[in-house]
Amino acid sequence: MMAALICVISLAVFAQFFVWYCRSILAPSCQVKLSERVREVTGISNQDVAPDDFHRLLQLVRLCPERGDDRSEIRAVGTYYRILAILKRLAIVAGPRVAQWADHERRDCSYFAAVALDRRISYSRDLFTQQISDRL
Amino acid sequence: MLGPVDYAVWCLGFLAEILVVVCAIRNKSWTRYFPLVFYILCDALVTFGLFYCVRHYGFSSPKYVYFYYYSDSLLTLLLFWVVIQFYLQAFEEMGASQYIRMAAAILIVATAIFSYAVVHQNRTHLTSRFVVELGQNFYFVGVVLTYLLWGAILKLRETRMRLIQLVLALGIYFSVDAGTYALRNLFPGLQPSVLRWIPPMMGVWLPMAWAYTMYKVPEESRLAPSELVVKTQ
Repeated sequence: MMAALICVISLAVFAQFFVWYCRSILAPSCQVKLSERVREVTGISNQDVAPDDFHRLLQLVRLCPERGDDRSEIRAVGTYYRILAILKRLAIVAGPRVAQWADHERRDCSYFAAVALDRRISYSRDLFTQQISDRL
Repeated sequence: MLGPVDYAVWCLGFLAEILVVVCAIRNKSWTRYFPLVFYILCDALVTFGLFYCVRHYGFSSPKYVYFYYYSDSLLTLLLFWVVIQFYLQAFEEMGASQYIRMAAAILIVATAIFSYAVVHQNRTHLTSRFVVELGQNFYFVGVVLTYLLWGAILKLRETRMRLIQLVLALGIYFSVDAGTYALRNLFPGLQPSVLRWIPPMMGVWLPMAWAYTMYKVPEESRLAPSELVVKTQ
C-alpha cells in the first residue's frame, strides 16, 4: 500500500519537475526578440511561431555552422518537443485542455529553435566577416 | 553479469561527476556549493568502489550488493545535506538557518524510525527487504523536501536561475529513484529487465544536469520562477 502510494506521488512529482526543468531551459530564449533577418529566412511574419514549425526550424539550424555551446540544449528541447507531440496525440483521450497546453509548450519549443537559428546566423556572419578581414 | 552498456553508463556517470567538480572550481563557486561538490566527489568515490567490487568479487556477490545499497543510502543522506544547503540559500535573507537545520535533522531521524518500524513488521526477510525499504523511504523524503523547497522558491519569488535549475534537476532525480524503488517493491520481477537500468541512468542524469547548470548558467543569471509555472491560454 505504502509503496503504491509512493510510486503514484513520485510519478506525479516527476512529471511536474520535468516540465518545470524543460521550461527553465526554454524561458531565457522566450525573452529574446527575433531579428528581422531570421524572420525573413524562416518566413515568420508576426511574433507568433507556430507549434509545428519546430522541425523546419531545426533543419535550418543544422544548416548553419555549429556554435558548439547550444548542442545539449537543442537536444534536450528536441526530446521535450517529441514528448509533447506524443502527449498531443494522446490528448484525444486526456481532453482539450491538455492539447491546448501541449500546443503552447510546442510553440515555446519552436520559438527556442528560432532563437537558436538567429544566434547561429549571427555567428556565421561574424565568422564570414572575420575571414574577409583576415584576407584583407 | 555486466555488459558493455553497463560499463559505458558507469564511465559516463563518472566523467559527468568529474565535470561538475571541474566546472564548480572553474567558475569559483565550489565554496558556495561545497555540499554539492562534496557529494559529487563521494559519488565518484562510490562509483570507483562499485567498479572495484565488481572486478574483485563479481556482480552477484553479497559484498557488491551490500556495498551498492548501503553506499546508496549514505549518498542519499549526503544529498539531504545538499538540499539543506539549497534551503539555506533560498531562505538566506530571512535568517532561518537554525530552524531549517533542526527540521531537517528531525525529518531524517523520523525516516530512519519509520523504516525500522516497517522492517520490524517484516522480520522474516529482513536484510534484502530492509535496504530496498530504506532506499525507497529516503528517496521519498528527498522528493518531499525538494517539492517543499520548490514551493518556497515560488513563494519567495527566488530568481537565481542557477539555484532554480539545480533544485529542479534534483527533484527529477529524487522522484524517479523513489518511483523506481517503489515499483521494485511492488513488482520485484521487473527489476532484472527494466528497473535495474533506471538508477544508473539517473546517476548520469544528476551530475550531467548539474554540470550543465554550472557551466552554462552564471551565478548572476536571473529567471522569474512564475514563468515556469504551467499556463494554459
